[in-house]
Amino acid sequence: MAECHPVGFQWVMEAKARGATLIHVDPRLTRTGALADLHVPIRAGTDIALLGGLINYVLSNGLEFREYVVAYTNAATILSEDFRDTEDLDGLFSGWQDDEGSYATDSWQYEGVSVAGSAGKRKQGAKEGKSAEESGKNRSRERHVTGRGHEHGSHGASLEDLHQIRRDETLQDPRCVFQILKRHYGRYTPEMVARVCGVPVEVFEQMARAITENSNRDRTTAWAYSVGWTQHTVGVQYIRAASVLQLLLGNIGRPGGGILALRGHASIQGSTDIPTLYNLLPGYLPMPHPDSHGDLDQYVADDSSDTGYWGNMRSYAVSLLKAYWGDAATAENDFCFDYLPRITGDHSTYKTVQAQLDGVCKGYFLNGQNPAVGSANAKAQRLGMANLDWLVVRDFSLIESATWWKDGPEIESGELRPESIGTEVFFLPAAAHTEKDGSFTNTQRMLQWHHKAVEPPGDARSDLWFWFHLGRVIRQKLAGSAGAMDRPILDLTWTYSTSGEHAEPSAEEVLQEINGWKADGTCLSSYEELKDDGSTACGCWIYCGTYAGGVNQAARRKPHTEQSWVAPEWGWAWPANRRLLYNRASADPDGKPWSEQKAYVWWDASDGKWTGHDVPDFQPTKAPGYRPPDGAKREDALSGIDPFIMQADGKGWLYVPAGLSDGPLPTHYEPQESPVPNLLYGQRQNPARQLTKRAVDPYHPSGDEPGSQVFPYALTTYRLTEHHTAGGMSRWLPYLSELQPEMFCEVSPELAAEAGLEHLGWATIVTARGAIEARVLVTDRMVPMRVHDRLVHHVGLPYHWGGNGITTGDGANELTHMSLDPNVHIQEAKALTCDIRPGRRPRGPDRLQLVEEYRRRAGITEETGTAHRTTKEGSP
Amino acid sequence: MSDDLIEDGTGYPDGPPRMGFFTDTSVCIGCKACEVACKEWNVIPDDGLSLLGMSYDNTGMLGADTWRHVAFIEQDKPLGRQNNAVGSMPTAATATRASADAVAGGLGDRHGAELGTDTGGRHPVGSADASLPGPVTADGRKELRWLMASDVCKHCTHAACLDVCPTGSLLRTEFGTVVVQEDICNGCGYCVPACPYGVIDQRKDDGRVWKCTLCYDRLGAGQEPACAKACPTDSIQYGPLDELRERAAERVDHLHDAGVVEARLYGADPDNGVGGAGAFFLLLDEPEVYGFPPDPVVTTRDLPRMWRHTALAAAGVAATVLAAFLGGRR
Repeated sequence: MAECHPVGFQWVMEAKARGATLIHVDPRLTRTGALADLHVPIRAGTDIALLGGLINYVLSNGLEFREYVVAYTNAATILSEDFRDTEDLDGLFSGWQDDEGSYATDSWQYEGVSVAGSAGKRKQGAKEGKSAEESGKNRSRERHVTGRGHEHGSHGASLEDLHQIRRDETLQDPRCVFQILKRHYGRYTPEMVARVCGVPVEVFEQMARAITENSNRDRTTAWAYSVGWTQHTVGVQYIRAASVLQLLLGNIGRPGGGILALRGHASIQGSTDIPTLYNLLPGYLPMPHPDSHGDLDQYVADDSSDTGYWGNMRSYAVSLLKAYWGDAATAENDFCFDYLPRITGDHSTYKTVQAQLDGVCKGYFLNGQNPAVGSANAKAQRLGMANLDWLVVRDFSLIESATWWKDGPEIESGELRPESIGTEVFFLPAAAHTEKDGSFTNTQRMLQWHHKAVEPPGDARSDLWFWFHLGRVIRQKLAGSAGAMDRPILDLTWTYSTSGEHAEPSAEEVLQEINGWKADGTCLSSYEELKDDGSTACGCWIYCGTYAGGVNQAARRKPHTEQSWVAPEWGWAWPANRRLLYNRASADPDGKPWSEQKAYVWWDASDGKWTGHDVPDFQPTKAPGYRPPDGAKREDALSGIDPFIMQADGKGWLYVPAGLSDGPLPTHYEPQESPVPNLLYGQRQNPARQLTKRAVDPYHPSGDEPGSQVFPYALTTYRLTEHHTAGGMSRWLPYLSELQPEMFCEVSPELAAEAGLEHLGWATIVTARGAIEARVLVTDRMVPMRVHDRLVHHVGLPYHWGGNGITTGDGANELTHMSLDPNVHIQEAKALTCDIRPGRRPRGPDRLQLVEEYRRRAGITEETGTAHRTTKEGSP
Repeated sequence: MSDDLIEDGTGYPDGPPRMGFFTDTSVCIGCKACEVACKEWNVIPDDGLSLLGMSYDNTGMLGADTWRHVAFIEQDKPLGRQNNAVGSMPTAATATRASADAVAGGLGDRHGAELGTDTGGRHPVGSADASLPGPVTADGRKELRWLMASDVCKHCTHAACLDVCPTGSLLRTEFGTVVVQEDICNGCGYCVPACPYGVIDQRKDDGRVWKCTLCYDRLGAGQEPACAKACPTDSIQYGPLDELRERAAERVDHLHDAGVVEARLYGADPDNGVGGAGAFFLLLDEPEVYGFPPDPVVTTRDLPRMWRHTALAAAGVAATVLAAFLGGRR
């Protein structure tokens, strides 16, 4: 965190100054570890084994926050008889389908309840169109027997009949979640953690004690992670494992608790809220599907939930359509629901690259993105771009993704020649954030407005300018068209006012549109005002209120010294300016604070409402004693002790009955490429992980497979404080470049001795995808790890460098592969294998030959590493 | 100028209190924001792109083009009650001495080659047999700490640079800080060897000397210096020197109570060789480890005595000469 988020780390240091214990888990000692009380060195790719060990430590020592767990989580819920755990199936869950390479998830459900996936989850490309005629119940049931990640939305699953859930609040029933959890994690002992992760038992126990002793009525523990946790073939399950631990310890919905996702860039949170993602509409509304979403009613019936706040989805969807199409959207034409594009499959970034390689994807916009350096398997990225008709790059400088066609590694090797590349490349200089108005949404869901300080130089323009004027010109060209296909564009509300020499659109008007208006044009103040009759328009329901009272709430800057410690008047946080989600859990079931010290939100019986330091995340007047009558719908179906109001059952999910592709409980699998076998199960890797199975993306043999010794070292990639991601914002700046002027690799003195590397000398790092060179930093901050029956060495590589800019060097992503997490399609750049040797890499075609020689020695074919199931038994 | 005036009120009878820096290296996270903010505000050129291999320090030292410098020191020593788990890992000897040697070899006689790398590492890298699970060698490293510290001009109470400046380019401001006036400096370079810390430095292309101004142009407007403003963890604190010294003493006590017994102040004592620094530090090891002189003395300390001797000698010579003339006349 100190390494990649130094500004946010000031609050960690402040907590430390107040007595907090700081623990840092990382294969390397980084700038965070330098300041931590305890650094836990861990083998890259084994965090679920460590977290599972902590969960086991809690459960086997009876350290869970019992009252919280019973009341607020689904620990007591009884599971279906059909469910089989990894304990029964050598590392697989029930429902595995060898032919599909994925899970059918219906056996994971609660007993007696049909569980549907969350909003946005549906079966893609269903062959028969009959689902449109079926009842919503059958449709959703059918959809949820498949497990493709992009079909899941971002909220809890729908429970079609909440009232049939069976619970055992003594937590004794062998089929209750709590007992299943205990059994599942029983084998994650401290000794097993040591053998899998390389974390010595005494270090593990010190960590476990620190966390559990700091999690109770009076104290809370927070977890913070960066993308190091997400970039794995089991990335989503990493976060889930932390969620399980935090729920067991009562650390969710309480001040000082939680799991904090430290994003890779400013406003990555914002770009998922109002998404640049292909499968979601603003506010996590799902993208409609062509087979089952003929009209708005079907769309809403499929994806809204009967119970919980997601039950108001129709109001959110209609208001969004009104924001898009204004007066053209009427009840008679289904509010232009037909104008929305329909999702046709997985269009995530790595699928798109493969579509480019296949010649299916013909055009590509890169807005501040540098895949030729920053994305896994950079070569595949460039070859994909070389197969396009056109490419638009908008960035500050001529990044590698704009110049690969004349000076990329494939030009040097002779694989590509500029004259034979058909891609027409457009470079358009972009304005920096200081050169435009706009908002950042941070990980706390807080919007902070920034004002333009200076005009952008030369031809540089804001993204808003680019997209607004591109739309304006397209609309001009289409004007007068009678074609029905052009109506969605011509009917758009595209009326932002512009100002200045370059006709810059008003960013505040965009924010107003996102916030939403009533029919009379006044700004809405809360998403609870949204209507499904077309009388409100709102560009993103969760952001409703950010312009409440006609005031830009995101621009508020009242110092913390002049307001309460929750600081509600600094910026604006969605939803409803609530700073801490699910904060009903900060009070006990009776509505009283768990302790004086941790009081946050509580029930005021005399006033008959919830009150506290923050905006309560609960119906304001729903008493703790409220129990829903039979047949209650939406939020009224949740009781007064159900804090997790976006979940259909109002509970925190220790166990996920639907919504995940790769299992209801986090389970340790080795990375796609690992120096050791999986010591916990016969199942080696995540069986549901995605694989490209392409010649351009070969995988290594793993564990004890023949040839795995050709790539004996663990490789992990990361960022440095001094540079930013793929370098577009730092490698062109002298003040930053001089601070980290050259690509380097970090190795322990032990690995240096073993591989013959010298401090400040050169090393060549090789995988089946490529070979790069780097200067060597031999450092005590890297330590060998005793794992299983062997020593594991790590090679550490920052991934900032490329061929352009003031400081240049080989890119670490020449080495990485495109095996992906099945839920969110994120690459595994944090844990793979490699070889390292002294000296510079060969030049030109010789570089390809070196890689080819390694592939041959390791016996790599297109099949290597692509087995989904590796358990010994037959198909479960 | 009377030293008491500098200590008490900067030498300006009705001026503001003496201002300075307290750099608490125990909370430095090595982000180098101070280096960048300093360069941005003062429009300092870059200092060249060279990988020094001194841990994450690629700046090396203070100079004409580097007015803040963050040192990174890797050591096989414990830090307070911190547990870095190295002792329980299968490690061999430390790399720090080998790294330092490589850096020194690579940099040749470049000043500061070992800055930040003299870590007390005991053993060079051996040819360890890493094929077996278990300690690689019996003398495996047991501890690890990574110290970071942002260095800057000390703005001495007795500033030798100021004493030796023949043009009056160097001056003491109303805030008690020492500033070079770039339009007066003639590039004589007398101040460079005069500085006991090796801070002030000539820029090769214009010959003039440059160093930290404690952002004199910001202080007048009531703003704190750029580095202190940018520091995310308040490792760099700016304020009236009296208050900073008080705060620093409390911080040392706090760290001692927390088990960091090696915490100590450097440059805070008004009775030290420079009469107390306007920019002082909290360190976690001997000053030499960070590249600081252990007991700096203002290089002009002996000047008055030398001048007295000189004057006596001159008087003696004059008397002799006079006597000779007088005698000759006789």
